[in-house]
Amino acid sequence: MGLIHEVDYGTKSSNSTKLVTLTIDGQSITVPDGTSVMRAAMEMGTQIPKLCATDTLDSFGSCRLCLVEIEGRAGTPASCTTPVAEGMVVHTQNAKLAKLRRGVMELYISDHPLDCLTCGANGDCELQDMAGAVGLRDVRYGNDVKTHLDLPKDNSNPYFQFDPSKCIVCSRCVRACEEIQGTFALTIAGTGFNSKVSPGINEMFLGSECVSCGACVQACPTATLIETSVLEHGQPEHSAVTTCAYCGVGCAFKVEMRGEEVVRMMPYKDGKANHGHSCVKGRFAWGYTTHKDRITKPMLRAKITDPWKEVSWDEAISHVASEFKRIQAEHGKDAIGGITSSRCTNEETFLVQKFVRAGFGNNNVDTCARVCHSPTGYGLSTTLGTSAGTQDFDSVMDSDVIMIIGANPTDGHPVFGSRMKQRLRQGAKLIVIDPRRTDIVHTPHVDASYHLALRPGTNVAVINALSHVIVSEGLVNEAYVRERCDWDEFSDWASFILDPKNSPEAVEAVSGVPAQTIRDAARLYATGGNAAIYYGLGVTEHSQGSTAVIAIANLAMATGNVGRSGVGINPLRGQNNVQGSCDMGSFPHEFPGYRHVADDSVRHIFETEWKVPLSDNPGLRIPNMLDAAVDGSFKGIYIQGEDIVQSDPDTKHITAGLSAMECVVVQDLFLNETSNFAHVFLPGSTFLEKNGTFTNAERRIQLVRKMMAPRNGYEDWEVTQLLGQAMGMNMHYTHPSEIMDEIARTTPSFAGVSFKLLEEKGSIQWPCNEAAPEGTPVMHVGHFVRGKGKFVITDYIATDEKTGPRFPLLLTTGRILTQYNVGAQTRRTPNVAWHEEDLLEIHPHDAEERGIKDGDWVKLASRSGETSLHAKITDRVAPGVVYTTFHHPATQANVITTDYSDWATNCPEYKVTAVQVSLSNGPTEWQERYRAHSSQARRIAPQEAAE
Amino acid sequence: MAEIWNLQRAQEIIARHKAQEGPMLPILHELQDRFGSIGEEAIRLVAQSLNITRAEVYGVVSFYHDFRQAPAGRHVLKICRAEACQSMGGEDYAAALLHSLGLEWGQTTKDGRLTIEPVYCLGLCACAPNAMLDGQPRARLDATTLQALAGEAV
Repeated sequence: MGLIHEVDYGTKSSNSTKLVTLTIDGQSITVPDGTSVMRAAMEMGTQIPKLCATDTLDSFGSCRLCLVEIEGRAGTPASCTTPVAEGMVVHTQNAKLAKLRRGVMELYISDHPLDCLTCGANGDCELQDMAGAVGLRDVRYGNDVKTHLDLPKDNSNPYFQFDPSKCIVCSRCVRACEEIQGTFALTIAGTGFNSKVSPGINEMFLGSECVSCGACVQACPTATLIETSVLEHGQPEHSAVTTCAYCGVGCAFKVEMRGEEVVRMMPYKDGKANHGHSCVKGRFAWGYTTHKDRITKPMLRAKITDPWKEVSWDEAISHVASEFKRIQAEHGKDAIGGITSSRCTNEETFLVQKFVRAGFGNNNVDTCARVCHSPTGYGLSTTLGTSAGTQDFDSVMDSDVIMIIGANPTDGHPVFGSRMKQRLRQGAKLIVIDPRRTDIVHTPHVDASYHLALRPGTNVAVINALSHVIVSEGLVNEAYVRERCDWDEFSDWASFILDPKNSPEAVEAVSGVPAQTIRDAARLYATGGNAAIYYGLGVTEHSQGSTAVIAIANLAMATGNVGRSGVGINPLRGQNNVQGSCDMGSFPHEFPGYRHVADDSVRHIFETEWKVPLSDNPGLRIPNMLDAAVDGSFKGIYIQGEDIVQSDPDTKHITAGLSAMECVVVQDLFLNETSNFAHVFLPGSTFLEKNGTFTNAERRIQLVRKMMAPRNGYEDWEVTQLLGQAMGMNMHYTHPSEIMDEIARTTPSFAGVSFKLLEEKGSIQWPCNEAAPEGTPVMHVGHFVRGKGKFVITDYIATDEKTGPRFPLLLTTGRILTQYNVGAQTRRTPNVAWHEEDLLEIHPHDAEERGIKDGDWVKLASRSGETSLHAKITDRVAPGVVYTTFHHPATQANVITTDYSDWATNCPEYKVTAVQVSLSNGPTEWQERYRAHSSQARRIAPQEAAE
Repeated sequence: MAEIWNLQRAQEIIARHKAQEGPMLPILHELQDRFGSIGEEAIRLVAQSLNITRAEVYGVVSFYHDFRQAPAGRHVLKICRAEACQSMGGEDYAAALLHSLGLEWGQTTKDGRLTIEPVYCLGLCACAPNAMLDGQPRARLDATTLQALAGEAV
């Protein structure tokens, strides 16, 4: 296995349908109109020397190396900026061009350190390659000329170095930052000889506007911007394409390796979700995979107050099996359950639910999606007939109006956020519905037309009001609704929505959003052309989460915005495989493919495949498992890759439930908050150590490839298989592809999926079956999956979590670019340089009332509990609203959140908690006690000396 | 005479030009005219007001020699160093002047009275060598008249 080499065509492809034929170096070639001469040449395998051109950026024409001669035209035009023309005759090499190119190259090299042998980019340097290509043999300019060789390096960024002495000022980094990432953090400062790449006002990279996405490093043709890891290790020697294990965007990366060591992650241009772009997490924050905190040996203990004892895999597996069997014998078969992980592969998730359903003989399986997008599943299945986003990411490039509700794409889904910003810079209009002024509301070159800064918990009221305006002002797409939806249901809904309680004027009082803004936003959404909705956990994590998803579907159907490119309803899914883990039957009431366990025909499929009778009773959800544990009827749990103590709401209730169990099994990379309450710890494997597939937010199934042996000895699916075998199940998979084959055999929407097809096509969007053998980029084309689109009445009911004199403020929570969820991974990388602790954002008015200054320790208290953190005073939040992130266990933001949840799915109401904030002088008693417990619970007993 | 930096005045200047197409250059010109230079505060304010990055504003400010990031002396003498003026002996006259003032190109006298800057062609080649004092062109200079010109600025 060598290095994957991607061809650089120099300029972007043209999507013109008109074809043009020209002659290059005597050969005839036909390309789409608008193609550059440079690209046309590369299409036939002729690389014209170039430095400032690369096919991810618009052509620029500054390096003067790609000059060609064109018969009948004067001079030597740059081939990157010259489009092809019919009958054009191009010469890419002749004596005159060679001389010109050498002259140009000689000038570049005269101001370049000739330290190639010790340079980090040695072997991967376009300047070096071009010097060779043009045959540079001599540099005639003397040593006494002025150069840039003494410019100092900038090592402020933990992941890459900026060495301006090696810079050729081609502007590729500046252009990548602008065109691809959309951050505009870099510029060329000065002019002429003094030109220099500068972050911000001649600042260091860290501390400038740079978000460390790595696009500049990737674009740099020299060693000027280079990964620290390449400087440390040298050039990689082999690579394979895999899928990022962070968010639901699902970026494809080339993992570039030296032996079993990762040298760097390079975004893969052919990745259909990311098109060669990345963010600071996927590109750089993989250091956790080899972090010293990783546990690689199984461990047991009798009581959670004991220290851990390392044991063999055999002992750990047989202990779990015998404990689970004992508990079922003593307390009944429903006394145990399992939790699947959205961080694990489809195959692993499928296996855990199979282990529970077929091995435990109950349906007590749930997943972390319970606490994020379960309302999406419920809401979209009910209205459209399927539990997934309707579009592919590329669809956004056809949108004219983008409405973002309760999502923060530039932080949470940064690569897609950049894509969205590209479209907004092209002129699409933006509506943001969010209590907080997220970056995308107002960020360089992007300004939302309307920001509806609603009070947390009033989504349904505001979305209803948007629909009210659309129905009352005659903006419904009646033809679409008559053709595609149930007209009677629509009529009922329309008369409901016209009720004055849903008018913008009435909703203004509830939500705090001015009626006129609601009206303007509704009109823009309904009449602005292709309108797409992107939403996140700000919609789902509410007591009316499912209602809000349904209200969104109503809005989109009423305006005809489902079923083609540029429109749709798109949940921005949080985790790499949250879509997949839901698809794979992780919910207690559903088999893979969202089919109810009470459906006899479906159960029959799995009973035949698995050769065991299956229960037709929906099992327990996570909160029910914990309630049952506190009640004493639920005694054992197998948790794969989820830290429920940190991530789930009302920490005190969770820990009480876990403490009441007799066998808590945690399978993870690190000891975490949940393992503090575990009796068995099974070490997990990273995404670099396993084969499998992840499914991203656009239903795209992509391969995860094993780059190195698992440090813990087994891939995660193998551990589940060992447990299954020990429990007496007949499981003998030799490769995850066999699990995928079983998924395809049993699940119609995956019927056509196989590893072989994935290898061939790179990725597939489900449904993939006989009707759609190559997958489905956009869903509900022509008709809805469920048949007729279903309008459902969505009454706004205020949450029971209300502010009052004791708790006058509303807390809402979210994420930040550089950290990921509970931070188990990102906190173990240099990403902490950007976010070392969670902060409480509070409006200046609320802060002043309480005598709080920026940076003060404050106590955050709710009915559930209290915690302390530092305050950050900002008008991003409205008066009356406070905000924090939940990345750090020290903060324990979920001590504060309540056990209120979505009526339909139990998805917790993370986004609304009534709180009080007051000055404090340090961590609360709970935090201190928890810290003490945590360090106590993580002791590992020293190994006994070998006999 | 330049005023000291005043946020409100600066905001007024920006507000006046903001609606026009390509507002950055007119804003920067007026800020410099008013405050004598375009410092970091001004760059940040322009970036924020136009919803662009400080890198972009800095790129423009640093690109044009006539935008200055630190205040100049009370008077600015720009001496042409382009080909025509060089061929008419301008370089020697300028060198002599700089030497007599103890300055390098771009520096300001210690009393803050005079800044000497190079300029590359004022378009007055027919009457080289030439220079510009506080925006007023002066032509057919020699060692004496250049010295006198520098002395004029009090």
